Amino acid sequence: MNILVCVKQVPDTTEIKIDPVTNTLIRAGVPSIVNTFDSYALEQAVRLKEKYGGAVTVICMGPPQAKAAIRECLSKGADRGYLISGKEFSGSDTLATSYILARTVARLEKEWGAFDLILCGKQAIDGDTGQVGPEMAEHMKIAQVTFVSEVLSVEASAVTVRRDNEDREEIVQAYLPAVVTVVKSAAEPRFPSFASIIDTWDAEIPVITPADIETGGERIGLNGSPTKVKKTFTPQFVKKGVVIREKSPKDSALKLLSLMSDKALV
Amino acid sequence: MFEEYKNLWVYIEVMDGKAKNVGLELLNPGRRLADQNAEKLVAVVVGNDVEHIAKQAIAYGADEAIIVDSDIFDYYDTDLFTSAFESLILKYKPSTLLIGATNNGRDIGPRLACRLKTGLTADCTGLDIDSESGNIAWTRPAFGGNLMATILCPNTRPQIGTVRPGVFKKGTKDDTRSGRIIREDIVIPESVRKTKLLEVIREAAGAAVNLEDAQIIVSGGRGLGKAENFSYVRELAAALGATVGSSRAAVDAGWIPYAHQVGQTGKTVMPKLYFACGISGAIQHLAGMSSSDKIIAINKDPNAPIFKVADYGIVGDLFEVLPVLTTEIKRMRGA
Repeated sequence: MNILVCVKQVPDTTEIKIDPVTNTLIRAGVPSIVNTFDSYALEQAVRLKEKYGGAVTVICMGPPQAKAAIRECLSKGADRGYLISGKEFSGSDTLATSYILARTVARLEKEWGAFDLILCGKQAIDGDTGQVGPEMAEHMKIAQVTFVSEVLSVEASAVTVRRDNEDREEIVQAYLPAVVTVVKSAAEPRFPSFASIIDTWDAEIPVITPADIETGGERIGLNGSPTKVKKTFTPQFVKKGVVIREKSPKDSALKLLSLMSDKALV
Repeated sequence: MFEEYKNLWVYIEVMDGKAKNVGLELLNPGRRLADQNAEKLVAVVVGNDVEHIAKQAIAYGADEAIIVDSDIFDYYDTDLFTSAFESLILKYKPSTLLIGATNNGRDIGPRLACRLKTGLTADCTGLDIDSESGNIAWTRPAFGGNLMATILCPNTRPQIGTVRPGVFKKGTKDDTRSGRIIREDIVIPESVRKTKLLEVIREAAGAAVNLEDAQIIVSGGRGLGKAENFSYVRELAAALGATVGSSRAAVDAGWIPYAHQVGQTGKTVMPKLYFACGISGAIQHLAGMSSSDKIIAINKDPNAPIFKVADYGIVGDLFEVLPVLTTEIKRMRGA
């Protein structure tokens, strides 16, 4: 199986705090990680490789330091990785980004043959859009299945997956090639062995530039992005609630219930 | 620049023969935005035997409804539904399309926006009109809810957004409202299908935790200290007839499965009552539950951010508070 995994390097948003004085994000000291959902995509890919044979290629668009994310993927079982980087790419929204990724796939297929399966996380934990996977599938005119919790099997021309759909699960078969976006699942990402970290420490990571994928200028970066950010701000949560702090926890509990019964809440 | 693009569309997603709530919710802000821009509010329903849903949408405020009604649309399929919307949009040229940010909404949204080469804003929690340009101002959380961004789509039409369920309340239903129902017979060859639905599992393990529709949720977090202590939360939930939720910390610690997780990377909930027990209230958690009608927080730390969103906050030891609540509620309900 020829599998491609799309990963993004993101700030660990669970570590981000808001400066209480300036009300801005404190980004200093926040570690960069492989997007959580993408690491589940990689784990699925590596398990499929272990079961069916083949190779796992990782692509990641970002600045040069995103090579660290690719190295991490190599240490966890990917066979090769490419960084997609260039100042012309910056400012790309999801439509432009997915176009760049789709062009990159076409470029890599010249070298490694057609990919059977393209795996992505269901969304990145910084942008939280979940749009790049399906938009890539549309650029490439191939099948997509989103919110997948498990790849069940792969046959010659189709993949069968389990899809989360709110109050139900669906078993869906998609013709190959297909883009599959994954949620967190039972297939927990593995820890790399010490040896694999050492092995991939100085692995060469080729860089795909705008010139390599013949994009022209109109469809990438700010020019190729139909959405524009008008402003950003930090959310405010201010509710004047009742704080209950009686002499004992029991009294507090009783006080809560009496306040709530006054409002017919219990 | 976009004279030919008119009217605001709301996609009314149908599941099991019923309109998803979020579609009906969106008619409420949709009405406001359409009125502000002097446009019609149009409900779009794609499904099988859906005329009654078109009427329901009109009762909730749509001026008219376009329906695509055929047995091939009985269950959601990415390619069939995208093609149907593509035909409708090319024919009618709406200025704006609102889609509920359900899993299927977030599946079709990007596929469709990419086909039309237009902008899509994901999982919006605020909808307004940008006073300078007249574009829709889509406001949405990013960075795990730490940051809000307002996005415009100034140069392409339609402008499309997926909108988070539960953020907007449904308007008042008025069954006397009337509006035109336009039937569109769209023929799409089966060959556009690239996927096949083999099975639907309604009793799935994760699905049994239906947090989205719960009226009361009792959630536990890191303050519980260990997996066994979730019994405190479960017992209160049982007394209240509530569903059990949790913070991400408790899921990451392995105390409870991911299906229970409330927050930015879990479920977004909006029950009538939300009990947060031993949950500090990281912004990611608040992003998933702050739309609840009434929030009750129980936490030892008086400075915990959860108290900023709580209607009632008990500063105290949950291991002492919860059993009293459980006993008293059982007694009240039994009486």
